[in-house]
Amino acid sequence: MNCIIIDDEQTARAIIAQLCTNFSSLNVVEEFPNAIQAIKYLNQNTVDLIFLDIHMPDFTGFDFIQTLKNPPNIILTTSDPKFAIEAFEYNCIVDYLVKPVEIQRFNKAVLKAQARQKQVDKQDKLISETEKEERISEKDLYVNIDRRLIKIDMPSIYLIEAKGDYINIKTENKNYTVHSTLKKIEEKLPTDTFLKVHRSYVINVKKIIDIEDNSVLIKKDVIPVSRSNRPELMKRLNLL
Amino acid sequence: MEQPNLSYINTLSGGDKAFETKLIGIIKQEYPEERDVYFKNFKAKNYKLAAENVHKLKHKINILGLNESYKVAEKYEHNLIDNITEGKDDFANILQAITNFLNGL
Repeated sequence: MNCIIIDDEQTARAIIAQLCTNFSSLNVVEEFPNAIQAIKYLNQNTVDLIFLDIHMPDFTGFDFIQTLKNPPNIILTTSDPKFAIEAFEYNCIVDYLVKPVEIQRFNKAVLKAQARQKQVDKQDKLISETEKEERISEKDLYVNIDRRLIKIDMPSIYLIEAKGDYINIKTENKNYTVHSTLKKIEEKLPTDTFLKVHRSYVINVKKIIDIEDNSVLIKKDVIPVSRSNRPELMKRLNLL
Repeated sequence: MEQPNLSYINTLSGGDKAFETKLIGIIKQEYPEERDVYFKNFKAKNYKLAAENVHKLKHKINILGLNESYKVAEKYEHNLIDNITEGKDDFANILQAITNFLNGL
């Protein structure tokens, strides 16, 4: 875990840094005598843990926490036990150490921070895997052509037209003729991007070049817009 | 009057002499500055600022094993916040004891 120490007292910083050496997993990357310098550092870097003094001139530890958008785990270090209640208002605060910091108490606080970090890492991993899966399923469409499932990148689709029992899917690079209906494919497409403008056409709204009264130009295709679908199309446009 | 000691620093170091030397060096450098700022603010009757200085000095008092003196300093800090100077002599004695101790290291 990469950590930083913020304390206006050099003695206090040296003590915390020494206590950190008891943990091979803790890496003190920087020390700061005030919160302002730490904020500048955190604008460019991320850390897993902050040892933070509360009582500092100009900018207190609590002021500092409030400037952080996504605060990492924080262990408060202070001479004032009276701030403990306020500390409970911040989810990022893992523990509260009263100076002079005792070794056993310090170790306990770090173990708590490590346990919480593991939990956060686990959740992040789960979220990123879920997002990845969602992205894959949202971006790709598989169509059955000649008994083969062919993957089509959905954002590349600009037009789908009905042709009897088939639909013609037009993409940036290739056209696909698939045995299906407009209704079926519409259900698979993201509604914020695709819109049915006519009983025989679904268009990718993002690919529109221009619009005339009753038609839209997409690539080189001029597509009719039925009167009933026109209001919805107009709603989707960022009109000046 | 209780006397400063290195008990906490020795426990903290776990026998690491380099760390002990380093920490004592930092305290010897930082303490006189903090003490002098306190006296300056007290003399100028900036009691709120002096209270801040006492607050910071309390940590050193604790590190040097002065548990009873810590309580005296704490009470004095609160007095200063209320613009009361009661306890100034006792606090000055604590500071002098630390000064003597650090000079002897």
